[in-house]
Amino acid sequence: MYVAVKGGERAIKNAHALLAEDRRGDTGVPELSVAQIREQLRLAVNRVMAEGSLFDPDLAALAIKQARGDLIEAVFLIRAYRTTLPRFGSSRPVDTGAMACSRRISATFKDAPGGQILGPTFDYTHRLLDFRLAAEGQDLPKPATADPVAGPVPHITSFLNREGMIETDRPGDELPPDLTREPMELPAARALRLQAITRGDEGFILSLAYSTQRGYGRTHAFVGELRIGTVAVELDIPELGFAVEIGEVELTECETVNQFTGSKTEPPQFTRGYGLVFGQTERKAIAMSLVDRALRWKELGEDDTGAPAQDEEFVLMHADNVQATGFLEHIKLPHYVDFQSELELVRKLRAEGAAQRPEAAE
Amino acid sequence: MTEQAYNFAYLDEQTKRMIRRAILKGVAVPGYQVPFASREMPMPYGWGTGGVQVTAACLTPGDRLKVIDQGADDTTNAVSIRSFFSRTAGVAVTEATAEATLIQTRHRIPEHPLTEDQILVYQVPIPEPLRFLEPREPETRKMHSLEEYGLMHVKLYEDIARHGAIATSYDYPVKVEGRYVMDPSPIPKFDNPKLSGCPALQLFGAGREQRIYALPPYTRVDSLDFDDHPFDPSKADHDCDLCGAGDSYLDEVIIDDAGGRMFVCSDTDFCRSRRAAGHAGRLGTPAGEAA
Amino acid sequence: MASALTAETLGGGFDDAPIQSARAFRAALDAMARPGRIQVIGGAVPPAPLSVAAGTLLLTLADGTTPVHLAGDADCDALRGWITFHTAAPLVPAEAAVFAVGRWTDLLPLARFATGTPEYPDRAATLIVEMPVLEAKGSVLAGPGIRDRARLTLPDPDAFRANHALFPLGFDAFLTCGSRVAGLPRSTRVEDV
Repeated sequence: MYVAVKGGERAIKNAHALLAEDRRGDTGVPELSVAQIREQLRLAVNRVMAEGSLFDPDLAALAIKQARGDLIEAVFLIRAYRTTLPRFGSSRPVDTGAMACSRRISATFKDAPGGQILGPTFDYTHRLLDFRLAAEGQDLPKPATADPVAGPVPHITSFLNREGMIETDRPGDELPPDLTREPMELPAARALRLQAITRGDEGFILSLAYSTQRGYGRTHAFVGELRIGTVAVELDIPELGFAVEIGEVELTECETVNQFTGSKTEPPQFTRGYGLVFGQTERKAIAMSLVDRALRWKELGEDDTGAPAQDEEFVLMHADNVQATGFLEHIKLPHYVDFQSELELVRKLRAEGAAQRPEAAE
Repeated sequence: MTEQAYNFAYLDEQTKRMIRRAILKGVAVPGYQVPFASREMPMPYGWGTGGVQVTAACLTPGDRLKVIDQGADDTTNAVSIRSFFSRTAGVAVTEATAEATLIQTRHRIPEHPLTEDQILVYQVPIPEPLRFLEPREPETRKMHSLEEYGLMHVKLYEDIARHGAIATSYDYPVKVEGRYVMDPSPIPKFDNPKLSGCPALQLFGAGREQRIYALPPYTRVDSLDFDDHPFDPSKADHDCDLCGAGDSYLDEVIIDDAGGRMFVCSDTDFCRSRRAAGHAGRLGTPAGEAA
Repeated sequence: MASALTAETLGGGFDDAPIQSARAFRAALDAMARPGRIQVIGGAVPPAPLSVAAGTLLLTLADGTTPVHLAGDADCDALRGWITFHTAAPLVPAEAAVFAVGRWTDLLPLARFATGTPEYPDRAATLIVEMPVLEAKGSVLAGPGIRDRARLTLPDPDAFRANHALFPLGFDAFLTCGSRVAGLPRSTRVEDV
């Protein structure tokens, strides 16, 4: 007598228990604290905050711990939590010109007001495994640093602007659309594109940006400026009639300066790509600015070369790793019913084919 | 017991209002896909987030919820979604189709005929029936607005030319009230006739793709076909080996290494109630007599 | 500023919004999915002249993202204050309305209301029509949601015929009277008698 597979409920419960045990690993090794993750895996925390669209280092660290270091899973935990939060209002636009910069570099000018600040970067480290880190508890050399440059630090692109050498963005007061509250509608405004890219998967955005450098939608980008630091977040309080600072966030901002020889509608001048991402996330911010610039081909009257990075729908609909991983992994769910219908169809087509073929075979 | 940290049926009230407005417009324009601002749910995209959001927006405390996946109440994802709603909405749950007031489903329509007092909510992965012919959303949107469905007929006709039959066995496209071509979700085409003239309200939710659509009760739904190749809702040419039903959709189960197989109802509730009523198939015994 | 935050403005909302709005929506959904079938809904107690059904529909469906048009008598201080306080919906002229509420004659001319676009037919207004009587008799209805034929008192059958002729465009309507509500989507055909 055949008995159908049962016990889904028990299996799920047991799987959860196993998962918890695996997450903890060898209990002879001390458990990681959320604070340790927050302080010592800060770049992972930053990525989870950026792609999770929620600035909260403690929650991001908790998500990383719970996800056993699977950052996409951690992003997913943060996103699912984020959607349940009530909205009290929208902040004023942050002023990155007033950023307290811990790092600020320009590839286009050797020096500029505000100076170049190398800051904490992997850039000139030799990538040699440091075995001293394997021995814990060592003393750290005290770095010689100045305090972050208190803002305002003018944007490099504003110097180009004085000569009219770079496009100027027209200031706008209209409320930008909110990707997380309205369904995506194509074609999308730049504000919506930037939202999608800043929370998009770092690997996907990186690869798209790289493809533009290799000629698939080339944009001739220079890093005009990359700055990292904290900015104040202010909220207008209508009852008070002025804005109140409610906290600060760390941001990475990248502006590229792109060669542009002019088009039917625009004079020759430099154009911009823009990246703005939570935390110290400079790979993502640079990649974002390249992809942003590549997507602007239509408004600048450039040719559509058919490059993936120029294809707004392709980029926006596939950048989100929570969507992508969910849909990818759903194919491991039962598909008995669809598969059965395919089985029958193939059998039927084979039978009909065989019925027509015997003469030919003989 | 409900989880106090979350709102009734998990979603916040503003989100539910947004989804409810989309559902009403979907009902008013049968078969048209209404965009909605799908939220991130605590389960992965592709695992029923659209259906879950529609269900959450429709549930009332008096509902009795049934969740099936592949026709079965005990598949893991069905178990998981059912427990999500018993925790967050505190609603009663059931496995009996006839007792349910709201049924969320993935890939099947129950065999037991639905009634006017029921809502059937489908989980939909790709709501756009034209998507595999034209990947671009603005293009397919235009095609729907112009009622320009020639591409779909060409595809189906090419199947006939190549294979002698339409090579689509599930997710088989339909036309709603003679107007919108609609994706019925990946149900086997065997289930397509049940879409039409159904006394229950049918709602479709696609979370990742941010679309909701609907078939009001008694809506006319036609599976696309040709005069010389009429639609054929075929199924495996067997009876259920457990309950003996000859008119239900069957799962094929491999039972040994020698290629032995059996066929059983994919609708577990249907099969169980038939056996409870004394029916038995080739390998089954009526439920009362089982050890 | 608003005339005053009176008890009338602050009161009359849902005491238990998640549950009451769930029940009200389910009734509204049933009404829209089964044109001609009258449902009873409640929970809201709006200021005059709004009916319980119309007030409950607004609390269930309207919020800060859905502009509301108040037509005729409904456009009074008491209701303006009540809707603003309980839903935060912006009050707008007919052309910008997602929801419009009032007596039939006050809602005319209907051409002012959004009927959607060919690519987005969902971007159409929903009218909440306050009726002196609402019964399952009168005009004969057919179409999706209706098994064979249904009957409903309509303010102006021709207007609904003209609206159906726009399908898939068109407005959708709830007809309300006291605590009773019926739905009349654009998909419904009003038959010639």
